[in-house]
Amino acid sequence: MGFDQYHEPPDELPATTRTFARLCASLTEEAEAIGWYEQRLAVETDPEARAVMSDAQGEEFKHFSMDLEFLLRRSPAWREIAHGVLFQPGDIVQHGEEAEAEALEGEAPGWEPGSLGIGSLKGASR
Amino acid sequence: MNHLLRSLAPISDASWKLLDDEASERLTPPLAARKLVDFSGPQGWDHSASNLGRTAPLTSAPCEGVSGLQRRVMPLVELRADFELSRAELRDADRGAVDPDLEALDRAAHQIAVAENITVFHGWHGAITGIEEASPHERMHLGEMANAYPQPVAGAVERLLHNGISGPYALALGGEQYLRVVETAENGGYPLLEHLRKILEGPIVWAPGVKGALVLSTRGGDFLFESGQDLALGYDSHDGEVVRFYLEESFSFRIATPEAAVVLDP
Repeated sequence: MGFDQYHEPPDELPATTRTFARLCASLTEEAEAIGWYEQRLAVETDPEARAVMSDAQGEEFKHFSMDLEFLLRRSPAWREIAHGVLFQPGDIVQHGEEAEAEALEGEAPGWEPGSLGIGSLKGASR
Repeated sequence: MNHLLRSLAPISDASWKLLDDEASERLTPPLAARKLVDFSGPQGWDHSASNLGRTAPLTSAPCEGVSGLQRRVMPLVELRADFELSRAELRDADRGAVDPDLEALDRAAHQIAVAENITVFHGWHGAITGIEEASPHERMHLGEMANAYPQPVAGAVERLLHNGISGPYALALGGEQYLRVVETAENGGYPLLEHLRKILEGPIVWAPGVKGALVLSTRGGDFLFESGQDLALGYDSHDGEVVRFYLEESFSFRIATPEAAVVLDP
């Protein structure tokens, strides 16, 4: 068994970080498996084989979602950004930029990239 | 990329920072309304109307046995000031030139700030009711001599007090009137600006675009500026010589207490 998910000496990492890294590795593996099944389904013509693989891909969707939910619960900033991006209609990139700005830079809701951020000047002199 | 299309402009990241910084610097002094009224938002470019909490009757219903009402809202307005800059000037700024010609941006910034002031203080016909239009008080007169300003300003404060409007009070002065105030010392050399400040117990702001002046309460809850998209720089188009940009914002303005301001004519 390898320890490729660690980029720092594992014995120097706290247990919570090792767990976080394991779930990140698991998330990656589930995403890879989803992609593999997607390719297999694209070329397979046997209906029975397709049904089996489609069921298997559904398992990977579930595993990926569970891994993701675990990680989002352990990373508030990630969760806040994901909240602004996932299941939102409209421009994905714009939602991402807005969610990042709000979560990491403390910008107000409604702030958009390109805004000069002037806002209220009440209390400013003259 | 959002509707401002900034990433399509043929300019460097450093140039965008230069333009953003210049615009912010030029906009802040003349944006008088934001120094005095309540500001909420920004709610985003896709925010199109403010809730009025009111309804309008409907003459019909979908079927018998029910009745209906239609919600009333105030649509936001958009302000936009276009300008163009020389590509050569922006390239020189990238090389380290400390004096790039950004005069067109400066003019656009002033114009859109003046437009915002006029909208809030005087109104925008057919779109937004301004403080001057809504104020039920008899108008007062400043006159030509700045030395005489304390009398109408004190009169305006007394009128607000008489109507149960508490302070602190602010004075928004048009460009000409502001200049007169700051260059005037009363008998004994006491600066007029300080005398007025003592009467108001609140700020005196330079309000380009305002005709005359207004005294208004800044206690909060009386004048409501709702920002959709706050002031932003966008990209329009370019050719070999120039890049065309614009400054843009969307907002609504509502007055909850018309009695909270008195107009002082020039």
